Amino acid sequence: MLAYIIRRVFQSLLVLLIVGLVAFSMFRFVGDPVDNMLGQERTQADIDRLRGDLGLDQPFPVQYWKFLGGAIQGNFGVSYRQGRPVADIIVERAPATLELAAVSGLFAILGGIGLGVFTAIRRNGLAANAIMTLSLIGVSLPTFLIGILLIYVFSVELDLLPSFGRGEVVNLGWWSTGFLTQSGLLALILPSITLGLYQMTLIMRLVRSEMLEVLRQDYIRFARARGLRERAVNFRHAIKNTLVPVITVTGLQLGSIIAFAIITETVFQWPGVGLLFINAVQFVDIPVMAAYLMLISVMFVAINLIVDLLYFAIDPRLRVDGRAT
Amino acid sequence: MSDPSLTPIHSETPERPLSEPVLSVRDLIVEIPTRYAVLRPVDQVSYDIAPGEILGVVGESGAGKSMTGNAVIGLLDRPAHIADGEIWLKGRRIDNLRRDQMRAIRGKEIGMIFQDPLTSLNPLLRIGDQLSETILEHLPVSRAEARVRALQALDEVGIPAAAERLNSYPHEFSGGMRQRVVIALALCAEPSLVIADEPTTALDVSVQAQIIALLKRLCREKGTSVILVTHDMGVIAEAADRVAVMYAGRLAELGPVAQVLKTPRHPYTDGLVGSMPMASAGKERLRQIPGSMPRLGSLPDGCAFHPRCPRAETRCRQNPGPTLGADHGRAACWFPVGEVS
Ligand SMILES: Nc1ncnc2c1ncn2[C@@H]1O[C@H](COP(=O)(O)OP(=O)(O)O)[C@@H](O)[C@H]1O
Ligand code: SF4
Ligand SMILES: [Mg+2]
Repeated sequence: MLAYIIRRVFQSLLVLLIVGLVAFSMFRFVGDPVDNMLGQERTQADIDRLRGDLGLDQPFPVQYWKFLGGAIQGNFGVSYRQGRPVADIIVERAPATLELAAVSGLFAILGGIGLGVFTAIRRNGLAANAIMTLSLIGVSLPTFLIGILLIYVFSVELDLLPSFGRGEVVNLGWWSTGFLTQSGLLALILPSITLGLYQMTLIMRLVRSEMLEVLRQDYIRFARARGLRERAVNFRHAIKNTLVPVITVTGLQLGSIIAFAIITETVFQWPGVGLLFINAVQFVDIPVMAAYLMLISVMFVAINLIVDLLYFAIDPRLRVDGRAT
Repeated sequence: MSDPSLTPIHSETPERPLSEPVLSVRDLIVEIPTRYAVLRPVDQVSYDIAPGEILGVVGESGAGKSMTGNAVIGLLDRPAHIADGEIWLKGRRIDNLRRDQMRAIRGKEIGMIFQDPLTSLNPLLRIGDQLSETILEHLPVSRAEARVRALQALDEVGIPAAAERLNSYPHEFSGGMRQRVVIALALCAEPSLVIADEPTTALDVSVQAQIIALLKRLCREKGTSVILVTHDMGVIAEAADRVAVMYAGRLAELGPVAQVLKTPRHPYTDGLVGSMPMASAGKERLRQIPGSMPRLGSLPDGCAFHPRCPRAETRCRQNPGPTLGADHGRAACWFPVGEVS
């Protein structure tokens, strides 16, 4: 098992290197930051000097190598726009995005598994069918539209929840949290639903179909034949088997929650890294964009790794321990 | 000749169980409504099982053996349901119980063993836990006691190093060993009746006899009655006390194994016995029954066996064969083998 983990970690690093290369090189063709940074009255000398300062005059591999070396030490260079270290800006912005993603992820997982199991157990019930129909809306409406609809209903019409920003935040060291104030918590509700709804719907539909499949298995029939209660059959025997295949997709969905945060953060003017990225794109702020993409891929790779390890935890058939007959 | 349509064949007095039966099935009808017709996979089946008795149920695939067993344990899959008849367990009627009442009987009073041990056990739960949960559900014992009983149960079915194996997962056992675990699970709450639905069909030939012998020994020791469903006459000859032969949802013949094997009365039983390799060895009568069992949707009029029956006559095509009640004759046939008509 250790060998397996080492191999997976190694693969992950390779993936990161490639993603980093692709990301870094793609940005080279997005636009010329020097154009943006210098005003209209620039001279060729100004341009050359700035290029030299930013290291843009060096050959491509050298630039990439420097970028990687810095990234490993948490140094992503200096933002073209803000003139501050990218690392500082990201550290400042990360808590907002991570808290939003955590709440959305929790909402998606708990809601998705809960509703998925419910609609599977009560597959002929009225409520289950209503949920399944509604879920079609969840998968087909684009995120920004859901956000705007929620804002319209809960902020504009009902005036119950804030429509933008994080509310009041409390600083715990460098981490700014919205979990400790009422306005911070209220501000999380609409963006979290917006961000997590699509993933929740996907997880729910997946859990439902897996659960229905599991409920047809012989061991469920045998569990019933042994006189176990429906509760034990559903929640001890069926759920665990349902979750094995669900874990992968769920893991990937959580990764995409962070990626999708860009749209939600824009709709709700949420001061996280997604909004930072959008602003960086408009300004061709390559160091910020590259750092963002690297972070996102680190996140994806880490989640993938965790998913693989979870498999081992939940499915004994994968744990090779020499006891097999 | 008197009119046989008025008097069902009483060729010999069927052996009635001496004591109160553990299970009585009376005129059981299971129906499946489909878009085109209402199918009857089980049609007026009646039998009794005495305490400790092993009743073999034999017949071709699709004859309704599993449906009958599932009806008894209350696990018919919708849309199949009991349309008529009664099922009595130790003097208590159980076919009309509420769901939770029937659930409490499953495992506790009636155990069940399925065909495929590879898929019968939950792959993600340790077998010790699967045993304990069953014991805790049905017996008033503590967790620790349940654990001890689980160990006993594993030991009884001949799993070596049972104490260690409690912590094993199903995939760590071979097929034969898994079926032993399944038997332990079916018997761990000490039911008075076990329905074993083709318990050896999915197993390697080399372990089939061991499993049957184990089942037989355990049930003898505990006084458990068994409904042993199989399509293998050899298994019946080996293990059962009486045998019920099913054809197209109905009982064709019911009687003590020795009698039925020696002098089968129903032409279908006669055919089954005739195709047994052992029986044919000396007697030169290895033969297959021609044709195949009709599908439920297209049963012929009259006796369902008549298109394949060498003894069929006009009466057979017009009148459904006589129904075999628990106290009627041995064979549901107008012209039983070995009787002068
Ligand atoms: N859902 C269903 N719809 C229609 N026919 C069914 C259904 N389930 C089972 N049957 C039929 O019921 C009959 C009895 O099946 P079963 O009891 O499993 O037979 P056996 O166990 O003797 O092989 C078979 O002919 C089968 O085709
Ligand atoms: S009733 Fe007639 S057709 Fe049916 S088994 Fe007897 S002899 Fe054959
Ligand atoms: Mg069957």
